[in-house]
Order: sequence, then structure tokens, then C-alpha cells
Amino acid sequence: MLTCPCCGVQAEETEFVPGGEAHIKRVGSGSSEQDFEAYLFHRKNPKGIHVERWRHAFGCGKWFHVIRCTVTLEVYGAYSAQTFRPPADICQTITDKHPDWSWS
Amino acid sequence: MRRMTRYSVFAVVRKAFRHHVGWERAWNAPEPKKKYEVIIIGAGGHGLATAYYLGKNFGIRNVAVLEKGWLGGGNTGRNTTIIRSNYLQDASAAIYERARSLYEELSQDLNYNVMFSPRGVMMLAQTQHEIRGYKRTAHANALQGVETEFIDPLRVKELCPIIHISGPRYPILGALWQPRGGTARHDAVAWGYARACSDMGMDVIQQCAVTGIRQESGKVVGVDTSRGSIDCSKLGIVVAGHSGVLAEMAGFRLPVESVALQALVSEPIKPCMDVVVMANTVHGYMSQSDKGELVIGGGADGYINYTQRGSFQHIEETVRALIETFPIISRLRMLRQWGGIVDMTGDRSPILSRTPIEDIFINCGWGTGGFKAIPGSGWGFAELIAKGVSPLCDAFSLNRFREGRFIDESVAAGVAH
Repeated sequence: MLTCPCCGVQAEETEFVPGGEAHIKRVGSGSSEQDFEAYLFHRKNPKGIHVERWRHAFGCGKWFHVIRCTVTLEVYGAYSAQTFRPPADICQTITDKHPDWSWS
Repeated sequence: MRRMTRYSVFAVVRKAFRHHVGWERAWNAPEPKKKYEVIIIGAGGHGLATAYYLGKNFGIRNVAVLEKGWLGGGNTGRNTTIIRSNYLQDASAAIYERARSLYEELSQDLNYNVMFSPRGVMMLAQTQHEIRGYKRTAHANALQGVETEFIDPLRVKELCPIIHISGPRYPILGALWQPRGGTARHDAVAWGYARACSDMGMDVIQQCAVTGIRQESGKVVGVDTSRGSIDCSKLGIVVAGHSGVLAEMAGFRLPVESVALQALVSEPIKPCMDVVVMANTVHGYMSQSDKGELVIGGGADGYINYTQRGSFQHIEETVRALIETFPIISRLRMLRQWGGIVDMTGDRSPILSRTPIEDIFINCGWGTGGFKAIPGSGWGFAELIAKGVSPLCDAFSLNRFREGRFIDESVAAGVAH
């Protein structure tokens, strides 16, 4: 179950489409080949907390962010797509449970 | 080193007279030594095959295969056992066809019955686009020396009478037919390789999780494990879904994402199909096992998942699609369902490569189609570890992502493998 932060609807997974790792910064022209390779292909692929993008495809159609654990499938929270980093309150909830985790 | 008794019909008869008492263990369970020449992490099919061909083709027998869980308990025991090599690109066709042809003689080679059954694999064309795609693949296969042909719907019906070829939504318009493809007993492949490795004096060490990779001046010197630290000169990482975790230990990143792929089997029924059928448009593939169960493979999740179980809707989708193609299965009950963690690369082709760290080699990214490649992958990867170069693996290097030399199979082969 995910709650879309754009329209507030809570729905099952089938209503959403996953969009992969979030907060990947696009590299500009003049970047090195290594940077460009990392931007295009390298992913964190963590066994644990993962910050990712989802789209409410069969609802409001908007993109948003979700923090989810890839081992337990627990969802820690969803937040707007218009930001470069996860909000502090969700990060706090996660660090309460997993003290080692930090967003980078 | 005492060699294992060979299995044969005479051995079975002999043991039968002794009430089957005294069969020896199929492989040893040794304690780890202090140092090995080569350590392979991951005792699945690919890892064990690598160790086997290191010993057989290159005489490197001071090898340990470390396994976190039990032998062949990852994706080797979780796939749908389909073996085929009808790939479009030359590099893929070469490695998969090597694998398929090795499968043909694997039982004799390993002295272990892997039950390879070349019953034929057909990939259904259900859209105009697929017809064009498969015809192109058939032509490419002809040039590569892989025996495939494009067949018409009537021939499909003849080969697999239970198919409903004029379905309302996706009628069968033809199929890509590989008569020498088929299935094998998946556990037996891992067990057979493990036994053969053990026979050569290699150590297959189960329940030994790698917790760290030790390096000195950019070169690997050993691994830390749950059963102590072990030194090695060369390290091969062959851990499928957990490749990213191991790569992080070693300090590099991979162009890989791990997702859950699911499969399920029905209750056993009388023989009703003697070919493997894959329907890529609707994401479902099916074959009948020797026990009579229909083995069904489904779609993968779109998000990263390490749970070894997938979403329910994919099963629903797969079964819905298959019922349309095979109306007779609509009343069957499903016996069990499982998921495996597959490592998907950007171009859906595997990685068999050196890594940024000297003497660490990685074999991963087989995604949804690793089982069929086990002998070929082991053959090539062993050559890569032993010699540092391998013609079979060249195209599958990590550098291809930086250099843009993708092996773009996803267009031709579809996501279902």
C-alpha cells in the first residue's frame, strides 16, 4: 500500500508504477565518461533502505518519492517529487529504527 | 585424495543387493583451508560450473567455492529450467549455444544425470512486431549456426495440441522453434557440478557467508567469512541477486538492479505437452515437468526487492494470459509459488568481466535467464579467471556500459527468459 503525496489517495501497488532510484543528479556536458556511465547505469541497489521514484499511473498521474526497505518491503513514507533530498521527519523515523542508516 | 565411486547402472544394481546401504556422500563437507589459489563466492550453478571448468580445462584445482546458504539454493533452485540459445546478437548466441551444447553431454561428463531433455522450445509470436522480430532472429541464428526456424500456427498446433491458436486477443501468428532446446533437472546440475568439483579435490563450503573482501594496494588478498578469514590469489564473484552487496564490499559499483522474478507450479497432471512454450507478449511461459506439474514462469517486479517473493498481481497476470492460450488449464490448482532475486543490467545481458580491483572477477547480470547458460558461463568465466582473457566473455565486460557497446537483447528476446 502506498499513499500518493500529490492527491492523498491510498492505494495498492497495482495503481502505481515504479521508477527506480531517486535523486540521481544529471551530469552536464563536459562531464567525464566515468561520470556519465555512473549517471546512466550505476545504481545503489541496496539490500535495505532505498529511496526511489514512483508514479501514480492509474490515479493523478504524478511522480513522487518513496522510501522503502527492499528486504522487508516496509514503506517509511512518501514525499513530493519537487525536492533534492528526503524530508527530515521521514529520515528521523528511519534512523530511529536503523541507527546506521543515513541518506547520502 | 580418494576418488568418488562412479555412478552407473552396475553401481545401482550392486547397491540394490545391499538394500542401498552405504552410498557415500555425493560431495565432501570440508573445513576451509587457510589459503586457496582461487575462491569462488556463490555455489550456485554458475559458481560451481566455473570451479569445475577451472579444474577440468586449466588444471587449477586448489579452489574453494563458498556458499552462504546451501548448495544451489538460490536461483539455481528457483528457475523454470528452460534451456535455449535462440539469441539475436552474436556474442549472446555464442555463449548460450556453448552452454546448450555442453548440456547435451553434461550427464556423461559429470557422471551425474542432469536429465537434460531436448524437447524443443517455441516462442510464440502473437503480434506482427514479434513475427518480424523472430524471423530476424531465425535468420541471425542461421548465420550463427544455431538451429532454429520460424514456424506457422498450424505447425505450432501440431507440436503442442493444447494451444488455442485463434485466441480472441492475442492469436498465435507463428513461433520461433528451437528443436534442440529443452529443460534439465535444475538441482541435479548444481549437485552434479558439486560432486565433480569435490572429486577433483576442490572444497565446496556451505553455510559460509562472505562478510568482507580484503585488499592490499588495489589487489585482492582474501575474504573474511563467517567461518574465519581465507586467503586467495584470485576471487570470482558469482552471486546473482546479491552481486551489488558483494561489489560494495569490494568497493566498486555495478550497473545492476536486483528484482524478484516469480514462478509457480500446478498440481501434477497426465502428460499433456512435450515442448516448452514461451509467450513473451503476455509474459508467461510453461512446460511440463517429469512429475507432471506444469511449470509456469511469470513476470518480474519493477522495483528493487530482496525478499525472494514477488507481487501477487504478476502471478495473476501470467495465469490470466496463459489461460487464454491454454484454455484446458483453467481448472488446475496451483501447488506452490516462489521467487528468486535476479540481477538486471541496463542492457539485460550478463556481465562476465574483470573489475576495477585486480584479480577480482565478476559473473553476474544473468537477470531472468541464467540457468540455460550455466555450462557456457562456467566455461568462459573459468577461462577469464585462468588466463585473464576469454573470447566467450570479451563482449560482456563491465566497460561496455562506459563505451556504449551494449548487447541489446531485450528488444529481440523480450523480458521473459
